[in-house]
Amino acid sequence: MRVELDNLSKAWDGVVGADRITLEVADGEMVAFLGPSGCGKTTTLLMVAGIYRPTGGTISFDGRVVNEVAPKDRGIGMVFQSYALYPHMTVFGNISYPLRLKRLEKGEIRKRVEQVADMMGIGDLLDRRIAQLSGGQQQRVSLGRALVKEPQLLLFDEPLSNLDARLRLAMRGEIKRLQNDLGITSIYVTHDQVEAMTMADKIAVMSKGVLQAYDIPEALYDRPKTLFVAGFVGNPPMNFFDVEVMLLGGEFHAKNESLDLIVPDDRAAKAAAKEGRVVMGVRPEDVDVADDSSPRVEGLTLSAKVEVVEPLGREDLLGVVVGGVNVRLLVDKTKRAKPGDLVDLVFNMDNVQFFDPETEESLLWA
Amino acid sequence: MTITEATPPHHSTSPFPKVREKMGRRFAYGFLILSIAPILVGYSWLVIATFSIRTEGLLPRNAEGGIGGFTLSNWAFITDDAVWNAMLNSFLIAVTMVIGVGVASTAGGYALSRMKFAGRKVFLTGTLVLHAFKAEMLLIAIFFVLRWLGGIPLIGGFIGFNSVGGVALVMIALELPLGIWLMKGFFDNLPWDMERAALIDGASRFRVWWQIMLPQVRPGLAALSLFTFISGWNAYLVPFTFTVGTRVANMPVFLSQLISDTAPTNWNLVAAVGMFQMIPLIIFFIFTQELLLNIYAGGSKGT
Repeated sequence: MRVELDNLSKAWDGVVGADRITLEVADGEMVAFLGPSGCGKTTTLLMVAGIYRPTGGTISFDGRVVNEVAPKDRGIGMVFQSYALYPHMTVFGNISYPLRLKRLEKGEIRKRVEQVADMMGIGDLLDRRIAQLSGGQQQRVSLGRALVKEPQLLLFDEPLSNLDARLRLAMRGEIKRLQNDLGITSIYVTHDQVEAMTMADKIAVMSKGVLQAYDIPEALYDRPKTLFVAGFVGNPPMNFFDVEVMLLGGEFHAKNESLDLIVPDDRAAKAAAKEGRVVMGVRPEDVDVADDSSPRVEGLTLSAKVEVVEPLGREDLLGVVVGGVNVRLLVDKTKRAKPGDLVDLVFNMDNVQFFDPETEESLLWA
Repeated sequence: MTITEATPPHHSTSPFPKVREKMGRRFAYGFLILSIAPILVGYSWLVIATFSIRTEGLLPRNAEGGIGGFTLSNWAFITDDAVWNAMLNSFLIAVTMVIGVGVASTAGGYALSRMKFAGRKVFLTGTLVLHAFKAEMLLIAIFFVLRWLGGIPLIGGFIGFNSVGGVALVMIALELPLGIWLMKGFFDNLPWDMERAALIDGASRFRVWWQIMLPQVRPGLAALSLFTFISGWNAYLVPFTFTVGTRVANMPVFLSQLISDTAPTNWNLVAAVGMFQMIPLIIFFIFTQELLLNIYAGGSKGT
């Protein structure tokens, strides 16, 4: 099912929950609504579900405006963060509830429930009570209940947030595989950008009720259109510096009181066109600590003191201070950096980003 | 002393931790026994009195003034139709109240907890204010209302002045503020997501209330039903004011009619009737006390 949101808005007594959201979800696509809590992603989802009534704009399913259609007539299934199972019913009772409401014949209900339960790997739990299940099992029941009525659109409201880290990883893959196999159009709300990046075909980044960007994950990561997107997508987040970009002796330099780095021409030219200071963004993986194998390069290196070392196993996350600005970088753990060390930082400027400090929009991808 | 008190038991520095623990428990039990003693003495007195010709304090006396004088004569009223009629009236009032308060409180509590409508705030504060009024203040006004209700054709006889229905109606009204607020509190604690899930699954709003939400507030409804039953069973002021004679008298009113201003009162008979009125409640309480304790201690159970 194709879903279109056109200037969709929701406000309560002047408090804006979602502000003129416009986007399209193609048939069979999985789209993630990504943003910090309170950004309006769940509000938007509940409007699509028909729980909240929009105060402006339209929602269309396959070209048909559904603003006034009741949730039960929208052909949707929904999975909640809290699972929202009915605790007084068994697993079978929960999964079969949508079918019983449709007054399907008993044998048909049993057949379809068992089919979905087997698909979810909970076929042997049908007689259990909800309280007897683990969190992961409960989320499978919840998913089964959403799938059993064969919905045209699946809505996920942070479905994995209540699970422990390992289970989350497993369920992530499972949901993605299921969605792929069944080809059901899906909207997935999350604040976890890893979830969004790994599962979604496209990501809608939201902040303060406004849609910041809507694009494929790689584009959001490599070509962020706003400062917010650049800072929110990517973990650990991008480092930002206030710099001035200028042409010095045939090369572009990004300069401020504490750093002076040479920037590739194509990116720098656009940044230099802007008067005064700009915000420069460098991802943590694009900064390294110099040693014999990665020697100092004039114009791409500066000295800094290590403040924090967070071992992540495969690599170390370093926190250093450059001119009063905290900078995070990922380095190979064989570098054995320790807090207090004076190190030389080597910058890879090929992926550098520039933003307008006033409008917070990208100077490269606008 | 104070230092060892403050440390947890397994770190206790006292050389006799067991002794100290035992002492503490004895003290606790002693305190509890002391504080319920007046009630225990009262009930013992009541039980002894019902089987005695007369009593002096807790001591039963026979005609000669010695200890003794066991008799069943105080319980002879059991063969009297009037007492069974009063019992039936008490039961009808209590059961009607349980049903009326249960239905109105769960429906009203849900609406106030979940729905937006004009006058919601006013209604909420209004019921609270109403609850603050004592029933005594409203008696005269209610009398006129009941008389008017009695004038309605067909149903007037069931809900007007001097009818069991009328008494139940007034008692329901007096109980509703508590009931609605209590149930609203229980509904407030339920997650919205469960309700949203049911709406998406295809349930109507009424069905969501009936099939999904009501089962979650069953502990609250059970508690409310118990309170309501007890208050209906023990109702005195309202039935006493709005009934005349013995036909619609409930147990407490029947009891009061035994106490006369003009003739000497047989207090042992009063004790026996009072005891008789308490028996259903005692049985009721034995079977439900665990549920009651759960509700007092933890709010909702099983959700």
